[in-house]
Amino acid sequence: MAKNITVTIKFWKQNGPKEKGHFDTHELKNIPDDTSFLEALDIMNEELIEEGKEPFVFDHDCREGICGMCSLYINGTPHGKTERGATTCQLYMRRFNDGDTITVEPWRSAGFPVIKDCMVDRTAFDKIMQAGGYTTVRTGQPQDANAILIPKEDADEAMDCASCIGCGACVAACKNGSAMLFVSSKVSQLALLPQGRVEAARRAKAMVAKMDELGFGNCTNTRACEAVCPKCETIANIARLNREFIKAKLAD
Amino acid sequence: MSKTINSRIPEGPVAEKWTNYKAHQRLVNPKNKLRLDVIVVGTGLAGASAAASLGEMGFNVLNFCIQDSPRRAHSIAAQGGINAAKNYQNDGDSVYRLFYDTVKGGDYRAREANVYRLAEVSNSIIDQCVAQGVPFAREYGGMLANRSFGGAQVSRTFYAKGQTGQQLLLGAYSALSCQVNAGKVKLFTRYEMEDVVIVDGRARGIIAKNLVTGKLERFSANAVVIATGGYGNTYFLSTNAMGCNCTAAVQCYRKGALMANPSYVQIHPTCIPVHGDKQSKLTLMSESLRNDGRIWVPKKLEDAKKLQAGTLQGWEIPEEDRDYYLERRYPAFGNLVPRDVASRAAKERCDKGFGVNNTGLAVFLDFSESINRLGLDAMKQRYGNLFDMYEEITDVYPGDLANEINGVKYYKPMMIYPAIHYTMGGVWVDYELQTSIPGLFAIGECNFSDHGANRLGASALMQGLADGYFVLPYTIQNYLADQAIWPKVSTDLPEFAEAEKGVSAEIDRLMNIKGKRSVDSIHKELGHIMWEYVGMGRTAEGLKTGIQKMRELQKVFDTDLFVPGTKEGLNVELDKAIHLRDFFTMGELVAHDALSRNESCGGHFREEYQTEEGEAKRDDENYFYVGCWEYQGKEKDPELIKEPLEYEAIKVQTRNYKN
Amino acid sequence: MWLINSSIGRKVVMSVTGIALVLFLTFHASMNVVALFSAKGYNMICEFLGANWYAVVATAGLAALVALHFIFAIWLTLQNRKARGSNRYAVTDKPEKVEWASQNMLVLGIIVCLGLCLHLFNFWYNMMFAELVDNNPQAVALAANGAFHIAKTFSSPIFTVLYMVWLCALWLHLNHGIWSSVQTLGWSGKIWFHRWRIIGSIFATIVILMFVAVALAYCFGYRPADFNEVVPACALSSICC
Repeated sequence: MAKNITVTIKFWKQNGPKEKGHFDTHELKNIPDDTSFLEALDIMNEELIEEGKEPFVFDHDCREGICGMCSLYINGTPHGKTERGATTCQLYMRRFNDGDTITVEPWRSAGFPVIKDCMVDRTAFDKIMQAGGYTTVRTGQPQDANAILIPKEDADEAMDCASCIGCGACVAACKNGSAMLFVSSKVSQLALLPQGRVEAARRAKAMVAKMDELGFGNCTNTRACEAVCPKCETIANIARLNREFIKAKLAD
Repeated sequence: MSKTINSRIPEGPVAEKWTNYKAHQRLVNPKNKLRLDVIVVGTGLAGASAAASLGEMGFNVLNFCIQDSPRRAHSIAAQGGINAAKNYQNDGDSVYRLFYDTVKGGDYRAREANVYRLAEVSNSIIDQCVAQGVPFAREYGGMLANRSFGGAQVSRTFYAKGQTGQQLLLGAYSALSCQVNAGKVKLFTRYEMEDVVIVDGRARGIIAKNLVTGKLERFSANAVVIATGGYGNTYFLSTNAMGCNCTAAVQCYRKGALMANPSYVQIHPTCIPVHGDKQSKLTLMSESLRNDGRIWVPKKLEDAKKLQAGTLQGWEIPEEDRDYYLERRYPAFGNLVPRDVASRAAKERCDKGFGVNNTGLAVFLDFSESINRLGLDAMKQRYGNLFDMYEEITDVYPGDLANEINGVKYYKPMMIYPAIHYTMGGVWVDYELQTSIPGLFAIGECNFSDHGANRLGASALMQGLADGYFVLPYTIQNYLADQAIWPKVSTDLPEFAEAEKGVSAEIDRLMNIKGKRSVDSIHKELGHIMWEYVGMGRTAEGLKTGIQKMRELQKVFDTDLFVPGTKEGLNVELDKAIHLRDFFTMGELVAHDALSRNESCGGHFREEYQTEEGEAKRDDENYFYVGCWEYQGKEKDPELIKEPLEYEAIKVQTRNYKN
Repeated sequence: MWLINSSIGRKVVMSVTGIALVLFLTFHASMNVVALFSAKGYNMICEFLGANWYAVVATAGLAALVALHFIFAIWLTLQNRKARGSNRYAVTDKPEKVEWASQNMLVLGIIVCLGLCLHLFNFWYNMMFAELVDNNPQAVALAANGAFHIAKTFSSPIFTVLYMVWLCALWLHLNHGIWSSVQTLGWSGKIWFHRWRIIGSIFATIVILMFVAVALAYCFGYRPADFNEVVPACALSSICC
């Protein structure tokens, strides 16, 4: 049975990328603990609107942990703390205690400027993907799907790498603002598959170059990214990217 | 006055229509492609694949999405898989069988020619996706793995863990990214289409709102494609993403595009039940769980009463006191009956008082038998992430051993209940996916498409990608072939100015109501009306009441809405208010269509029309048509136009999942 | 040049210089251990290293490695701070997985550098530039007497404590640095990651323990049997006082 708790939400308000932000607080009374955290924020917004105030702005969409839209830094952890990887939308109020103050901040990284409150601009990720996160194939008549045999282990591992949802928690958690886990997951997925091998060298170079150009930091192997990744991507991917990149550069 | 509709189905036997069409359609020469612009609204499976394919062919594509990135579109949330008639499993599958199953699953309300084409191109989709690097599940030999899915007797579903939609969308997104890099597609993220601009009777552009700056912007092109998804969020609580809306589609409807079969709304049987009135989103549990899970409620009403009161737990009820009602009613298909059948059966049990949670609106999905037979590890391998997700949400782990009665081990069951999931109805399109407005195309869930009255599992992904990769890129050329001779349309034309003025006036109207009610509070009420009167079991009386109540609520919306903030800059509440305005239009339309269709078929169930056993009773004599609706103005009833269905390859029968 | 222009390239420079320095430390530690068994032997090594042109070249190379490692570290840190942006989180919660050392490599590196300065002053400077330090012929004669310098340095408890702090920082630095350098070179994966961490830890511990053993042994008065043959009894007392 759900029990009700009362919590104080301390949330970040900021009007634009250049504006100065500040914290506002709001007390949420008697929230059933089987409410999801985002639903609690919905309730808070309803209350704010009732008071004639502007609601707290944050990104969210599918609320099933797959679209990667949600991006809240909750009590010092991207997406909030759960035992296994989960996104903000999969965080439930039962994780908090009666009387807690919950601090909600945006992803803070130069690569992700704030649009408003906790909504940040992650188009940098799209730009990295556009630089090379694909196999160049034409829509039309490729060979039969079973013409390329792929060992199950490789396919499974590629699938794990491909699970990245592009939420940016890795960048948010990294003290260096590095996007290596994101980039390496894509590079790994395609590097593991024969379809992607053809362009592997070109892809690694192009994506890393774009990542650097956009001002993301250098990876110093702190592992903060993999600790907070909601999809449990690992730094084995980063090692693979390093390998692919160094190989590509040495071959030049 | 009786209007007629031309669905432009090509000549010839059903199996040859698409080949014939492609052989004879007009093409655009490469030079002219460079001079033609196409607007694609939406970046889901259909939108992204269409934009990528069109860009690659040489057209200049302007692609819009409301999220911060194309990869966020809600196609990403599809879990189960994608169908294709590859027959890799040697179980007798074929294009014809996929076609037949889809038509039958759709309760014989789909357009035969479209469905055949869908089945025909399904194989190419898999080839295309594999070439893109989509990591489908594989067997040890390196070949693609398949599973059977929701109501199919063959294993034709390709899957990538429980994240097939994600992987397919990321495939389409990568193709799109490639074209953005090549400069052929221009991407506009955090933009929302607010209106379609019609010049000389043809769709020539759109008015879009930059959601960050709040400014309205004009875009012109030679053709407009909308791929903006369904209208499931009309019901407030659904498995759709929070941002899903039908504004683009409804705006096209207001501008003259017909809306077809809106009453065909799919209710998914395996969602996590509603837990309170504060909820804003329902979570889907993959249908694949029905492969190994058994659905039941107690046999005895007193047990159900105790479950509802919380004094008894599901695992304390022994085997003999459980009613596996799907297996009982449909011995041949058991727990794998199509979604509409499974959903209605759950509702029927709960209506009779057999619901198993405190709200009385839930049934059990139990894995005890499979765990006992195959072991917990095998179950975890198949459904590990789903079990975890269920635990995260409900605090109950379905693999936890809870009880042992007479040597039989019982594990904690899941609780599920049906929820709005997908809309088969949508913008009417002809065989070429062109709406009734020339130059305006609709693809994916957004159109009324190929699913008839009910969609089979793993068919939505197939349809979205079929439209985007393999159908629209051909058919749109037939339209664009003679468009290159026209000069570029200027966005300074009075038609653009007028459309922008209209949108702007609407925004001002909503901002200036300055009432007391928040958007969500009204939306929630609309959702209740929809679920109550236009939901799973509909009656003529209820539908009339529903329309009445919706109109009353609309008055509240028009007079007592409160949108905080200003129209300049980002204003989430304003955008939600615009969406809600269109949900009202759509909701009423669903009710009208449901009211006019005096039969039960697929996702549309009218309680007056059922067999003695409670099965849907179709009326092929009077309702064998696509119900197309024409907008007549605000607060006026829309007008029904019928597109008769013609079947040549399939004999129309009563659906039977019993034996 | 990709070693300078790309983020991975810059990390490769860190990694390669780091590995080279680890190898040097390994050599240095092994050499130190000799001082536990034979003062004569140790002094022979010292003499050998002081009297060869290639040892001088190697020293210059070593200095270059340290300089590169240091400059790149500062450069990377500045870039990373910029990438991090100017806004800081109000609340942060460090995940268990994240080692403290990994997030403070620069601080540890600076401590290591300061320790290095001290060390260079204590030993290298006194040994190589004895003439400049003190023209006393006795001191010049003792310049290449490594065993004497060890005994002299660690007879001071303050120096011993400072050296211990330095070695602790070095241990933390290596404990993260070794597997991290291999990871940067891409020679890691899901399985090898764990192996490298264990290998790195064990390796770092052994090397540091070798240093610690010599320092503590001399601090607590241990001397190898032939110590008095090499170092005149009066030398320590007269110079120390």
